[in-house]
Amino acid sequence: MQQLLVLSGKGGTGKTTVASALIQLSQAKAFADCDVDAPNLDLVMHQTVEPMTTNYFGMAKAIVDEDVCIECGQCQKQCRFDAIVHDQQRETYFIDHNACEGCGVCKVICPVGAIHLESCIDGQLQLYKAERIFSTAQLKMGSGTSGMLVTQVKKQMMEQAINTDFAIIDGSPGIGCPVIASISGVDYVLIVAEPSISGISDMERIITTASRFGVKTFICVNKYDVNTEYTDKIEDYAKRKHLEFVGRIPYDTQAVKAINQGNTIVDIDCASGRAVGQIYETIKKRL
Amino acid sequence: MKIAVLSGKGGTGKTLVSVNLASVAEKASYVDCDVEEPNGHLFFKPMIEHVESVKVKIPKINNEKCTGCRKCVDFCRFNALAYVNHSVKVFEDVCHSCGGCMLVCPENAITESDKPIGRIERGISEKVQVHTGILNMGEASGVPIVKQLLKNDTREDELVIIDAPPGSACIVMESIKDADYCVLVAEPTIFGTQNLSMVHELVELFEIPFGVVLNKCLDEDNPAESYCNDHKINIIGKINYSQDLAVLSSRGEIVSRIDPQYQTIFKLILEHIVEEVGYATTSRT
Repeated sequence: MQQLLVLSGKGGTGKTTVASALIQLSQAKAFADCDVDAPNLDLVMHQTVEPMTTNYFGMAKAIVDEDVCIECGQCQKQCRFDAIVHDQQRETYFIDHNACEGCGVCKVICPVGAIHLESCIDGQLQLYKAERIFSTAQLKMGSGTSGMLVTQVKKQMMEQAINTDFAIIDGSPGIGCPVIASISGVDYVLIVAEPSISGISDMERIITTASRFGVKTFICVNKYDVNTEYTDKIEDYAKRKHLEFVGRIPYDTQAVKAINQGNTIVDIDCASGRAVGQIYETIKKRL
Repeated sequence: MKIAVLSGKGGTGKTLVSVNLASVAEKASYVDCDVEEPNGHLFFKPMIEHVESVKVKIPKINNEKCTGCRKCVDFCRFNALAYVNHSVKVFEDVCHSCGGCMLVCPENAITESDKPIGRIERGISEKVQVHTGILNMGEASGVPIVKQLLKNDTREDELVIIDAPPGSACIVMESIKDADYCVLVAEPTIFGTQNLSMVHELVELFEIPFGVVLNKCLDEDNPAESYCNDHKINIIGKINYSQDLAVLSSRGEIVSRIDPQYQTIFKLILEHIVEEVGYATTSRT
């Protein structure tokens, strides 16, 4: 299966807007939302079926048995994540699960065996299984295991879409663990850049990060007319880096309207939708 | 006083709001916790006074002492250690620096060395102290950088504006957990609203007082505004979409420094927050 991942570095450049339009245009039989800590693709992909929801278990976390704890404080001393708190009133230590990374150091250091690790729900995976496969998830607030969940979202899609030749994946902003987890194994990356000083800086960082994976990378610019000078800069940058520049999308208030009605920008006739149509035609020839 | 600016969804205007709030204050520190993609410095263009490296601890195996018992490999829950070709191999990228392998090694064959994962740049731009965290490319987690950025105890009366990363994962929580007030920046789309509801839940969970700034407002129905009204959330500011603002921001201009209209908007927002936090502190004591 060939997989196209949509990334941007900077948030809010239009990843989901572009990804959802490409899903419609390509009639991709499988797609996924890997922006697990702020998923949105579900809002514009009309689903005819209810999703199958399964719990996602991240790292197991430590729990102190207060009846066994002798308050020696060893666990707190050794914890590198400041996750262990002393409760003087109850004469015990307890674990701040927001800070606990589940390393297990406290468990091995505890002289009386008062600490054990327990797996806990760190989010939900959702699978829409109809004529098209849609895999998505929601990470639990504040969880530190977004990369693992991204891997599971992709795995869930792959398992269901065995006979599918093409899939589109909506990525997350940034360059850290969820992004790295999403790039691993895909064939193509489409960067949605924004013609601003921030957008260019962020684009360069994501391209450098992605280049380490040796993935074929395309670049397009959204809201290009906000600053055509910077749009030209992005196109020049693409040329210099030997990355294919695949098109410019104009700022379009119609796009906001389409999205707010739960549609993609190619479900209505608008300038931004037509531009993504041209981008799709260009990319299609390269796949 | 620490004010954290967050949004869930990326690109709603966190940096616009936090940079301008810091700029209209008498004196402020701006702390960029979006270490994967820091942008505030592109606006402030600070004179850099100090750069410090952020390092994490990575295990180092002494092969002469190692007997191949694999206790460290079995212990590591992040699969950062493997026993291959009669020696322990360390996968630095997935190591969480917990130090557990060193603790369980019966031969004292493991020590730790520092590995840089990023840096903090400190500088000044007019009356604003600018602190920027920058994660090295290819690194998975910027949490240690955020911890170091926010570690320095600030005085009560000092105004600190924290520019948080997008999303709602651990790094966002780390950025906002000690804040006295949170500003949630929302754009008028159903995407923005869905993500606003997530960070709303997050600040409620932390019991931090908060208000919403509606950004990029158009002359149409604003689902984010409806969300605020439905949930009785305080709207502390409203910024209309304007081509001028978009162009100035795209060039890295700080609008409140060049346009009195924006100076007024952000001053009012800041005054509102200061007043509200004042009340919150009084009611707590």
